[in-house]
Parts: sequence; structure tokens; C-alpha cells
Amino acid sequence: MIEIRDIKKNFGTQQVLKGISATFENGKCNLIIGKSGSGKTVTLKCMVGLFEPDEGSIFYDGRNITEMNFHNRKTIRREIGMLFQGTALFDSLTVEENVRFPLDMFTDQTEEEKRERVNFCLGRVNLPNTNLKFPGELSGGMKKRVGIARAIVMNPKYLFCDEPNSGLDPKTAIVIDDLIREITIEYNITTVVNTHDMNSVMGIGDKVVFLHEGYKYWEGTKQQIMEITDGELFDFIFASDFLKDLRRHAKF
Amino acid sequence: MYKFFEQLGAYLILMRQSFSKPEKANMYWNETFRQARDIGVGSLPIIAIVSTFIGAVSAVQFAYQFRSISLVPMWWIGSIVRKGMILELAPTISALLLAGKVGSNISSELGTMRISEQIDAYEIMGVNTPAYLIGPKIAASVVVVPMLVVIAVFLGIIGGWGAGMLGNFYSNTEYFRGVTDNFDGYDVTVMLTKAVLFGFIMSSVSCYKGFTVQGGAVEIGKSSTQAVVLSSILMIIVNFFVAFFLL
Ligand SMILES: Nc1ncnc2c1ncn2[C@@H]1O[C@H](COP(=O)(O)OP(=O)(O)O)[C@@H](O)[C@H]1O
Ligand SMILES: [Mg+2]
Repeated sequence: MIEIRDIKKNFGTQQVLKGISATFENGKCNLIIGKSGSGKTVTLKCMVGLFEPDEGSIFYDGRNITEMNFHNRKTIRREIGMLFQGTALFDSLTVEENVRFPLDMFTDQTEEEKRERVNFCLGRVNLPNTNLKFPGELSGGMKKRVGIARAIVMNPKYLFCDEPNSGLDPKTAIVIDDLIREITIEYNITTVVNTHDMNSVMGIGDKVVFLHEGYKYWEGTKQQIMEITDGELFDFIFASDFLKDLRRHAKF
Repeated sequence: MYKFFEQLGAYLILMRQSFSKPEKANMYWNETFRQARDIGVGSLPIIAIVSTFIGAVSAVQFAYQFRSISLVPMWWIGSIVRKGMILELAPTISALLLAGKVGSNISSELGTMRISEQIDAYEIMGVNTPAYLIGPKIAASVVVVPMLVVIAVFLGIIGGWGAGMLGNFYSNTEYFRGVTDNFDGYDVTVMLTKAVLFGFIMSSVSCYKGFTVQGGAVEIGKSSTQAVVLSSILMIIVNFFVAFFLL
């Protein structure tokens, strides 16, 4: 479980996060949703330590990462996997080398063990036989899969995904979402997913946190979202008039 | 002025971080060798062509000047080409060429990695990113630039010989008598000192510029231009001080 308490973050005079508290549970897909520019990525980057929050604390199963030095943070970083919005695959390395990199850098496994683990992870994300390709040769969906494989290769306890289905067609997007959900449940990971995609919310939103204008505006489950009939969240979820009409006439 | 010191401070901090202890030595070795190969092999053709012709053109010019002063023997040209290449031409011209090629390469590579979040991806894994991404580049550059400069000297001397043969300025024996005459090892020390400093300046400035890029493609372009300009200027200034104090 990850808990964030009263996180604030400014860039210059712009207040992006104005005090956000939330908990993210293990074995679940915890979604952070909001319009673009609402601070989802900044929240995620504060949580993993890529940004320093100006105020507030972040607890990884009780361990306060905001008070740790570089050395102690490393322990927690080894337990974190992250899928970046643009995948951030290392483009000078092959698919296999990308996935193997954390093993090379941080473990003393033999070549054989590493190869097995890499192939297992690539198999898990349904990407067999792409080992020797370079990221530039892959489609958007395949890159995301490699990104996921790299994120889970060290058996993380915490998985962060920044807009995992941005830039994908709706079908592929759902496949990637499902993959993230399956892995979360299978390995009992605390997964935090940023998204502005309705399909994801309805598909994998075990728990949903809605950010609006720097505050946590709403928190609940996907079932609870369906009961909402007005307000900012309603506007966000049922963005088009078509959807709003559909919602108003639907019976659950 | 304030901004200048702020940047200088950031640069120095980054350099200190770049030489912290590596987690896994063999990964760093591999990366250093990879960089050395990229820098060395990638730059060899341009260094070879330019230094050969610089050697050739120096020979032609001195021959032209000496012809009017009949008291100066033509074999001196070998000596002058050698000394000129070692002390000034090979290190300085290689440095400027490499700043253009290697420097812009390094800073746009790191800039792209920064913008595409690849550096963040390393960071998340727990990699000490300055140490892994910058340290090996500087180490490789400090070793490879002197090697390239030595090659440039040899090719420059050969270029001078070639030009002399073509223009019939001197015989083989005359030229190589000049090349070997009165050879001073101290010149080589000065040359290598320059080369090591140049290797450090161009790689560290370019790494700093690339690593700290913010924004997008436009900023990557700008910062790699700045890396080339800034490191060229610094190297020319350092070149003067090395000559001033060591010669
Ligand atoms: N490194 C940064 N420097 C300055 N401002 C930033 C930076 N990163 C994000 N911001 C600002 O913070 C706000 C939220 O951005 P972000 O978290 O990326 O939104 P999103 O919800 O779309 O992921 C935006 O207004 C953005 O301009
Ligand atoms: Mg974002």
C-alpha cells in the first residue's frame, strides 16, 4: 500500500498540486484521472521521487520516502517498476537488452538465469521472438508491452503507469489495460495508473482518484462513478453531450 | 553574471556526481569501451583527412616562404611540419573538429534521452544516472582524444611528405632528416597535456548541456549548438594558457 499525505508541488509561481492525500492499495489498479494538465504526471513523479514535493509525505508500506537519503531510496526504487507515457525504452539497446538491463545492473544472476527471466517477462506480455529488434522497429502497442516487461522484470511491489494507452487504438488500449490488471492481481502489486481514458476507468478502475485544479476532487470505485449525475467529475467522465444523454437515460 | 555562476555551480556538482563510485564496475567498463569505440572509430575518418591535408598545406606554405630565402635549407620543412603538428595543429584542429562532431553528438544524445524520459527510466531503476551516463563518456573521451591527436600528428607528417614529393620541394631523405632532427620529447608532453584537457572539456561541457536540457526538440538543437560553441571557446583559451605556461 502506498499513502500520500498532503502533497504540494509548485513550478515557479504555478501551483500544480495544492495538497493531495490518497491511498493506493495492493493487488488493485489505482487510477489517477483528470484532464490533461491537471497534474497526474507530476503526482506520479513526486511519488516515485523523480520530483521532490514541496510539502507532504509519501509512505511505501509505512516507509516514508520523503525523509530518506539517496541510499535508502535506492532500496525502494528496486521495488518500483514504471511504464512511462512515451515508454522511454533505451533506443540504443535491443528489446532483450532493455528488459535485461535492471538484471545486469542490479543482480548477480548468471547469463542463463537472466535469459530465462527476460524470456519469461517477454512471454508474459505476449511478445515472444522480438528479442533482437530495436525499439524503433516496434509498433506503439509493442513498445508499451516491452515497457511493461522491463517494469516487471525485477518483480516490483509497486508499478506505476503514466497513460499506458495514450497513442494506441481503442482495442489495443484495452489489451494493454487488461495486461496491467492481470499482472497486478497475479503478483499482488500496488499499481497506480494515470489516465484520462474513460474505457480504462470503466475497465480497470478498482479505485479511482479524480484530480481537479490541484486538488483531489473525488475518490471512489468505477461502480460509484456510474452513480454520479452532475459536477466536475460528471463533466469529465461524460465529456460529450452524447454520453451525457446516454447516462441520463440509462438505468443501472 | 549571476546566471553564469549558477550554471558553473550546477556543472561542478554534476561533474562530482559523475565520478562517484559505480554500483557494478563491469557495466561501467563496458559502457566506457562502447563510448571509446564510438568516439574513436566515428571520428577517425574526419581526423585523418583533415590532418593529412593540414600537414600537406603547411609544407607547401613553408616551401613557398623558404624559396625566397635561399639561406634556409629545405630539409628544415620536415622539422617545422613536425613541430607545428605536435605543438599546435594536431591538438587544436582535432579539438575543434571533435567538438563539432563528438560534442554535438553527446549533447544531442543525452538531450534526447532526457526529453524522452530515458534518463528518468534509469533513475527509477535506481541507476546513478550522472555516474553511468556521463562518467564513461568523459573517461572515454580523455583517453581517446589523445590517441586521435597522435594519429593526426603522424598523418600530418605524411601529408607534408606527400606534398613535398608532389611539388618536388625536397627529397625523401631531406624531409625525414628534418622530421627526426632535434626531436624534443617535451613537445609531446605538451601535446598530450592539451589533448587530455581538450578531451575533458569537450565531453564534460557537452554532457552538461545535454543532461540538463528542458523542453523539446528545439531545445535539444540549441543546447548541442551551445555545447559546441562553448567547448570550442574554452579549448582555445585553455590552449593559450597551456602554451603560455608550459613553453
Ligand atoms: N518540469 C516542469 N516544469 C514546469 N512545469 C511543469 C513541469 N512538469 C509539469 N509542469 C506543469 O504542471 C502542470 C501539470 O502537468 P502534468 O502533471 O504533466 O499534467 P497531466 O495531468 O496531463 O499529466 C502543467 O500545467 C505543466 O505545465
Ligand atoms: Mg501526463
